[in-house]
Formats: sequence, structure tokens, C-alpha cells
Amino acid sequence: MRYSGLRVIKEALTGHKGWTPAWRDPDPQSQYDYVIIGGGGHGLATAYYLAKEFGQKKIAVLEKGWIGGGNVGRNTTIIRSNYLLDGNEPFYEFSLKLWEGLEQDFNYNAMVSQRGILNLIHTDAQRDAFIRRGNAMFLNGADAELLTTRQIKERYPFLNTNDARFPIKGGLAQHRGGTVRHDAVAWGYARGADSRGVDIIQNCEVTGFRRENGKVVGVETSRGYIGAGKVGCAVAGSSSRLMSKVDMRLPMESHVLQAFVSEGLKPVMPGVVTFGAGHFYCSQSDKGGLVFGGDIDGYNTYAQRGNLPVVEDVCEGGMAIFPAFGRARLLRMWGGVMDMSMDGSPIIDRTHIDGLYFNGGWCYGGFKATPASGFCFAHLLAKDTPHPTAKAYRFDRFEKGLMIDEKGMGAQPNLH
Amino acid sequence: MIINHPLLGPRDASEFTYLGDASLIDRPDWQSETAAQDFYEYQYLRDNPAGLHQELWFHESGDRSWLVVTRNTLTHEITDVQLARDVARARGRSK
Ligand SMILES: Cc1cc2nc3c(=O)[nH]c(=O)nc-3n(C[C@H](O)[C@H](O)[C@H](O)COP(=O)(O)OP(=O)(O)OC[C@H]3O[C@@H](n4cnc5c(N)ncnc54)[C@H](O)[C@@H]3O)c2cc1C
Repeated sequence: MRYSGLRVIKEALTGHKGWTPAWRDPDPQSQYDYVIIGGGGHGLATAYYLAKEFGQKKIAVLEKGWIGGGNVGRNTTIIRSNYLLDGNEPFYEFSLKLWEGLEQDFNYNAMVSQRGILNLIHTDAQRDAFIRRGNAMFLNGADAELLTTRQIKERYPFLNTNDARFPIKGGLAQHRGGTVRHDAVAWGYARGADSRGVDIIQNCEVTGFRRENGKVVGVETSRGYIGAGKVGCAVAGSSSRLMSKVDMRLPMESHVLQAFVSEGLKPVMPGVVTFGAGHFYCSQSDKGGLVFGGDIDGYNTYAQRGNLPVVEDVCEGGMAIFPAFGRARLLRMWGGVMDMSMDGSPIIDRTHIDGLYFNGGWCYGGFKATPASGFCFAHLLAKDTPHPTAKAYRFDRFEKGLMIDEKGMGAQPNLH
Repeated sequence: MIINHPLLGPRDASEFTYLGDASLIDRPDWQSETAAQDFYEYQYLRDNPAGLHQELWFHESGDRSWLVVTRNTLTHEITDVQLARDVARARGRSK
């Protein structure tokens, strides 16, 4: 069923009796050409582009819980392409371009809102670094603008620019950045994939891989064995757990990132703002809640909840730049388990095992990557060659010294 | 989380900084034939288990000792804490 304004009017006039489920709930078949493990944003987008862009058939997405119950439904929904390094920026700009056409492409309202992102500057050195970053963005066809404190004050009059310790000296804005309704991204890709014949199989946990003559030929699941021509893993925070079934040790640690939502307020935050002296970022949802977050907790964990010291740290960061927000009450907070890689950048690559492909290491920034990650993973699965924008995301970059370390932190996942 | 420091008793985890898997104690032999591969694995690859994890914590706002903490990554429960120095010596390191 195609969604449109006309359809909404027709359904309104006929008692909304014509809507059908957005995707089927099929039982697994015994054999597929492609099995994608993980029904998060990346797995669903991969299946969608495999079917739509690469004309592949017989595809299944296996999800251990319900689709969208992982990080795609837990993130703070920020999209942007303000990266510095050559390995990253073309990929994230490709992703932002895909976001710009996504709703028409998959015929679903994902509430893509290019309300802009602003990274605040607090020191002269930081200004130099942000100018360099802005130039790197220009070189890759992205947009960037250096704003003065006065220009920032026009948009955010309640920003505390005169904090004694962290005065705000300007900011780097990307006006094409913004937010997207995260659940709708999972649902839109699921519906788009399903309508092209992809089986989305929920409550189906992959517990192992079956290999014949060194090649992966299928997966063991909580719903029985499922054969596969090729298997693509896109399980984000569970990556090490899943790949340990084939004795792979990954360049990754799993860490928790917390997020927070305040009570609903009248419109106050026109875009996304990030604090440059500590770690705090904030936007306002369309329902009015302030959506904010900061640092990861910093220790290995698979528990989808964090601890209180980070809550305090995040709120302190917020109070430094938005003292007015101290009056807002906190409504909800939660955590998601993330695949923090050794250089802070992702991996989209073949494994050393024939028929087994891997997508992961997205850290706290994989939501914005969802469209490009799905596209590039589908490209790799269908053609066995990397997409031009994802060529650097290889497993062997650590061994070869070709790290993509935006922050220059080294092999310390909790510092990226 | 509360870390039961072997010398100082129970301390809040926020006094500590976290380094990672306690296998980082076992630095490879740089003279070995396989040193390049060994150091790659030592530096970059992790077991990252769901369950019991032995890990290095540094008491930065305290006595600046390194600890090996055994903690369950599914529940955050800490079951054992030792001085990293003692662990390293027990594994044959000189310090
Ligand atoms: C609090 C928070 C805030 C964030 N904010 C942002 C942000 O503002 N911008 C941004 O770009 N990124 C952000 N991120 C990061 C982003 O959410 C993730 O990088 C991204 O969602 C990961 O990809 P995914 O959607 O495919 O993951 P997920 O949605 O986690 O999908 C993985 C799926 O795999 C399933 N799975 C796991 N193991 C198995 C198995 N054995 N068998 C079958 N299925 C399995 C899981 O159930 C899960 O549904 C944030 C993350 C968190 C936690």
C-alpha cells in the first residue's frame, strides 16, 4: 500500500478500515540467498537496498527481539556529516544525501528535519581545529559555516556565552544536519524491504553458524536452522558476542551510552547544540522534550543501563551552557549498548571466512550512518567489492596502521 | 558501582579511571618471531565477553594504584578485586 496525503483523507472518510500491517510476520524459510542478522537500522537498511538497488531476491532479516528495540530505538536521533578525515567524511556526506531523499525513496514519513547542528567553540585552538574541519567538509561537498557569538545569540538567546570557565567564542554550524524520528527509520526500512519481498523474522536469535568446507552455509537460530548463500552481521553492541561463535575476536569493546528526555516544553531549541568544553549535546523533540546526552559510562558492559556519575556529569555540562534548563524536570533516561571500536570508526568488510560479512563498530554515532551503512553493506554483499565511500572501513586497518582516528585517542575505546 | 579496594576498602567507582581488559598486563615479547602479530592482537583485539570480565582500573583520585577488578558485564556486580601488582607478579612479571 502506498502512503500519501490522499490516502489519509480517504481513510479518514471511511473510518480508517483500509490500513494494513506495515510488514508481514512470516515464518522463516529453509534457505535464503542473503541472511542479515540484526533488525536494527543497519540490518533493515541493508536488506532494503539489497532488494531495491541491487535487485537481489530471497533475503531475510533475523532479529532476536523486535525490530527497532536496539540502538536504533534508543539514540538521540542526530544526523550530520561534520567529520574531518578522508576515510570518514565522504561516507557520512553520502549518508546525509541519502537522508535528504529517504522519505520519498521509501515512502514513509521519517520526520527528517534539517534543523541544523551547532558545535560550540570555547578556545582559540578549538576555533582553528573547527575551521580545519569545516574546510575538510567543503572539500567533500558538505556545508559548513563558522558563526560568531553574536550570530549564535540570535538563534539561541538563552545560551550562557559568558561562563567564566567555558566562554563561548563562536561555533561551527552544519545547517543540513538535524534530527530524524529514529523509530520511523526502522519502520520505514522494514516496510520498504518487506514490500520488496524481504522476510523480516522477529524473535529469532542467531545462536551459531554452520560451516561446510570452510564456508558459512547457514545459521543456527532459536527458530531452527536457516540456510544462506551469504550471511551479513549487523548487530551493533552484540558484535563481539555474535562473532565469538566463529572464534573471531574483534577490535571492539561494548560500552553503554545513556540518553535523557525532559518533560515537554514549548519550542525553545531550534536546532542541535553541542558543548565543546565538556561532553553534552541537546535538541528538542517535536513533542517538546529536551533530548540530551553526553559521555559513555566508560567500562565494558552489556547491561542496557548506566550509572549515576555520568548522569551528574552530563547535567553539569548542560547547566554550563543552558542554565535555564535546570528548571526542566527529567522525564526518562535509558541506555544502549554500543560497539566501541579501537579507533572510533566502523567496519564494513568481509571476514576471513567465506560467505560471512560484517558491519559494526559504529560507536555512539551510527544512527546518522544508517542509510549509507545499509547501502554500502548491500553493495559489498551483492558485488563482493566495497562501495567507494566505505573503502577505508576494513578489518585489517589496525594491523596495517591505517586507523581512522577522528579524535586522535589511540586504541582506547572509552576515549573515542 | 562500588569497588572494594584491597587496601582502602569500598570506594566509589568514579574515583577510578578504566583502562580495559586485564590481558593488557601480559605484554608480548618484543623479541619473539611473531612479535608483530602478537602486538597487533595485544593492542587491538578483545574478548569483550558478556559475563565475567577481568579489567584494569586505576585509582586516580585515590592512592594511584592499579587494580584488577572481576566484574559481571551483564549485571555490573563486582566479585573480586586485587592489586594489579600482585596479579602481575603471580604471572611472573618483575613488577
Ligand atoms: C543513547 C544513545 C544515543 C545515540 N545517539 C546517536 C545520535 O544522536 N546520532 C547517531 O548517529 N548515533 C547515535 N547513537 C548510535 C546509534 O544508535 C547506533 O550506532 C546504531 O543505531 C547502531 O546500528 P543499528 O541501528 O543497526 O543497531 P541496533 O538497533 O542495536 O540493531 C542491532 C540489532 O541486532 C539484534 N541482535 C543482536 N544479537 C542478535 C542475534 N544473535 N541474533 C539476532 N539479532 C541480534 C539486536 O536485538 C538489535 O535489534 C546513539 C546510541 C545510543 C545508545
